[in-house]
Amino acid sequence: MARAVSTQRKAVNTALAWGVALLIAFPILWTFLTSFKPEPQAVASPPVWFGFDWTVRNYVDVQRQRDYFDYFWNSVVLALGSTALGLVIAIPAAWSMAFVPGAKTKDLLMWMLSTKMMPGVAVLVPIYLVFVWLGLLDTRIGLVVVLMLINLPIIVWMLYTYFREIPGEILEAARMDGASLGREILYVLTPMAIPGIASTVLLNIILAWNEAFWTIVLTTTNAAPLTKFISGFSSPQGLFYAKLSAASTMAIAPILIMGWFSQKQLVRGLTFGAVK
Amino acid sequence: MGQITLSGVTKRFGDVEVIPPLDLQIGDGEFVVFVGPSGCGKSTLLRLIAGLEDTSAGHISIDGRDATGLPPAKRGLAMVFQSYALYPHMTVRKNIAFPLRMAGMDKAEQDRRVEAAAKVLNLSSYLDRRPGQLSGGQRQRVAIGRAIVREPAAFLFDEPLSNLDAALRVGMRMEISELHEKLRTTMIYVTHDQVEAMTMADKIVVLNAGRIEQVGSPLELYRAPRNTFVAGFIGSPKMNLVTGPEAARFDAHTIGIRPEHIGVHPTMGDWRGVVGVSEHLGSDTFFHVHDTGLAPMMTVRAGGEVGLTHGDTVFLTPDATKIHRFDQNGIRL
Amino acid sequence: MSTQASRSAARLMLSPAVLLLLVWMIVPLALTLWFSVQRYNLLTPDRSGFVWFANYAAFVTSPAFWLAILNTLLLVGGVLLITVTGGILIALLIDQPLWGQGVVRILVISPFFIMPPVAALIWKNMFFNPSNGLFAEALRGIGLAPFDFLGQAPLASIIVIVAWQWLPFATLILLTALQSLDSERLEAAEMDGANPWNRFRFIMLPHLARAITVVVLIQTIFLLGILVEILVTTNGGPGSESTTLTFLVYKEAILDSDVGTAAAGGVVAVILANIVAIFLMRAIGKNLDA
Repeated sequence: MARAVSTQRKAVNTALAWGVALLIAFPILWTFLTSFKPEPQAVASPPVWFGFDWTVRNYVDVQRQRDYFDYFWNSVVLALGSTALGLVIAIPAAWSMAFVPGAKTKDLLMWMLSTKMMPGVAVLVPIYLVFVWLGLLDTRIGLVVVLMLINLPIIVWMLYTYFREIPGEILEAARMDGASLGREILYVLTPMAIPGIASTVLLNIILAWNEAFWTIVLTTTNAAPLTKFISGFSSPQGLFYAKLSAASTMAIAPILIMGWFSQKQLVRGLTFGAVK
Repeated sequence: MGQITLSGVTKRFGDVEVIPPLDLQIGDGEFVVFVGPSGCGKSTLLRLIAGLEDTSAGHISIDGRDATGLPPAKRGLAMVFQSYALYPHMTVRKNIAFPLRMAGMDKAEQDRRVEAAAKVLNLSSYLDRRPGQLSGGQRQRVAIGRAIVREPAAFLFDEPLSNLDAALRVGMRMEISELHEKLRTTMIYVTHDQVEAMTMADKIVVLNAGRIEQVGSPLELYRAPRNTFVAGFIGSPKMNLVTGPEAARFDAHTIGIRPEHIGVHPTMGDWRGVVGVSEHLGSDTFFHVHDTGLAPMMTVRAGGEVGLTHGDTVFLTPDATKIHRFDQNGIRL
Repeated sequence: MSTQASRSAARLMLSPAVLLLLVWMIVPLALTLWFSVQRYNLLTPDRSGFVWFANYAAFVTSPAFWLAILNTLLLVGGVLLITVTGGILIALLIDQPLWGQGVVRILVISPFFIMPPVAALIWKNMFFNPSNGLFAEALRGIGLAPFDFLGQAPLASIIVIVAWQWLPFATLILLTALQSLDSERLEAAEMDGANPWNRFRFIMLPHLARAITVVVLIQTIFLLGILVEILVTTNGGPGSESTTLTFLVYKEAILDSDVGTAAAGGVVAVILANIVAIFLMRAIGKNLDA
């Protein structure tokens, strides 16, 4: 039983926690604020907090410089596409490992996770060349596959931990009731695992959205997502703080808002199902 | 419909033989209980019949048809699991209808059968609830409902009452027995509780280490246990087993005498002992008697209230006609 | 749960994932191995051929190599240290009863959603910039000379950025674990005479062990691959002061166009990553079974 805490103590906790939280989020809040400043006020010394001439000029300028929506759309396609493809491949695999475990299941999971330890740069040139040969450079499909592959171990791992919480007897009951394997997964396992699957999907959308190595080196324009968009604002454009802030806000806002709204499922997902 | 024959059925997990070759006949409409201590292989045997595990050798036939290689769904059997295994995301109605839906039955017929089953099981007013909103007993009934709508050749029950509290367990025991009376379908029931076995079964199969120790009606097992294992397992409290000179007097290696077949007297009798713990149930009293020189402890039943307390000296007299005799291998003489 | 049929179905359903990952691992690795024993420089394409282990020798003896290894260890270790301790402290704090817990939690996890180039750009320009970054302003405000963070303490600055990105993750996992701790166990300890520190040390910390291993495992996987943050902020410099192994390989391949040496470096990086992996998996596999 949680004990009642004095109001005084609670007030102190609140002040401390809010202080820490604001400190952690400060760079984001400051960026957001700066994005509405006229350029001179963005670099003013001492810094201006709220008393500046609010403007949306920066957003207009950024949009004029490079079309945000092309990049945005690519980010959406890559994030959703790679996650969907990953699920299709990972659900059966996780079913196998969770409900028909063998002596090697643990090793297999660990091996899958270890493929993520391979540094991307180590295989950059080969992958780049393979992409050139296959004509996949700067294509969405090529990048969807790559993002799916780098996140697949995590999807499998997460689904595995969620599936293991589902009692095997229920699947056996479905089998006794005459469900084929496909129907067992579709009608019984998947609906029961919806919360886990939702967490997995959310986390993978975020990871894919923010993946900033392969998306930058394997694209130029056609398939370029927001990571590429923002890279265009490193120096010397970085000297224009207000514009940089506007571009940054545009790049992170969609995923930030999605993250806030799905916080509950996400928290579960963030722990990779490994901590309860 | 519902004859099941096991011939030479064997199960090995790797090198471990969980069930050595085993033969068993289950007649149509019989209520058969597999009973034994945990780990005796009774659940494995049930799962072999269900098709949830492969047999390593031997044949299983259902209604004269070889079912050894058939997948579970094709065997025409229904199973009630220990955890009920209800689908938590479906309503009671959908849970019960699930096997019918899988069989591709038309919707109207599905509804008719679900309603009928719900009526039999007193579930009519709960059809639109989810399993999570039901009590343990109700969940149990839903699991049974899901089994009966299929009109299976036989029902398999895997320790279905072990998750219920004691009072509910007695009630559900009756309901399942009544259901059997009503449906007259073969039922195979697995339990570790010999009281369930004794009260429900037409035929009890006592298993130990994967081997069948004895098959028979409850009273046959009670009256004539084939060996010391069955003797000790069937009956509550347990039969007293005595070895040594006292057994030799009856020309046996071991003699067994049930607590209810021993007379108690404060001053005279065959065996002298000291009263230890006594359990008063009202109708009966069970005494644990020590220092008899026969066994570390003898359990004795006395009717009603008896004026004996801890530390008192008592004399025990067995009913000579009810003594079971066993040889050195524990086999009945 | 295991009939022959279900076992073969399982194998069938497992195979796409395994095969894809196997191809994804083996094909690039084989090519990398091949390149690593070739002379292969995009700037001098006419000079090519088999060079045995010359590329490896060149990579390992390059002056930046040992520094890069040290930097990699410092980066991973530093970030882990900050995020785990910081995560525990913050988790303990926001696990207390307080007003606005939901908003606090949203604020705390926010950095996790920020893509690496944005994080690096914000920190580089708006905080670390020696002339008009916020830190310079703050130093000026208390009468100190501005400090060129990325120039003077490049690795530490990068550690700060990366730790900021990963602090939310550590905090959340540790918070979740903390909330699963049965409060009766703490009360029992209190009855047994344990003071707050002892309750933390002997009850909470052991309970958090599993969560901490998860944090270390997952973060290490991601931290070994850190590249964009360095690329955007310091470009590995000044000199090689903030060059990690990953960045060194990238530099050989892209900036120096020396594919052969980069491939050799890649192989070295893979080997080192695998040593870390085996080490970690050992420790964690044990902890995850429990």
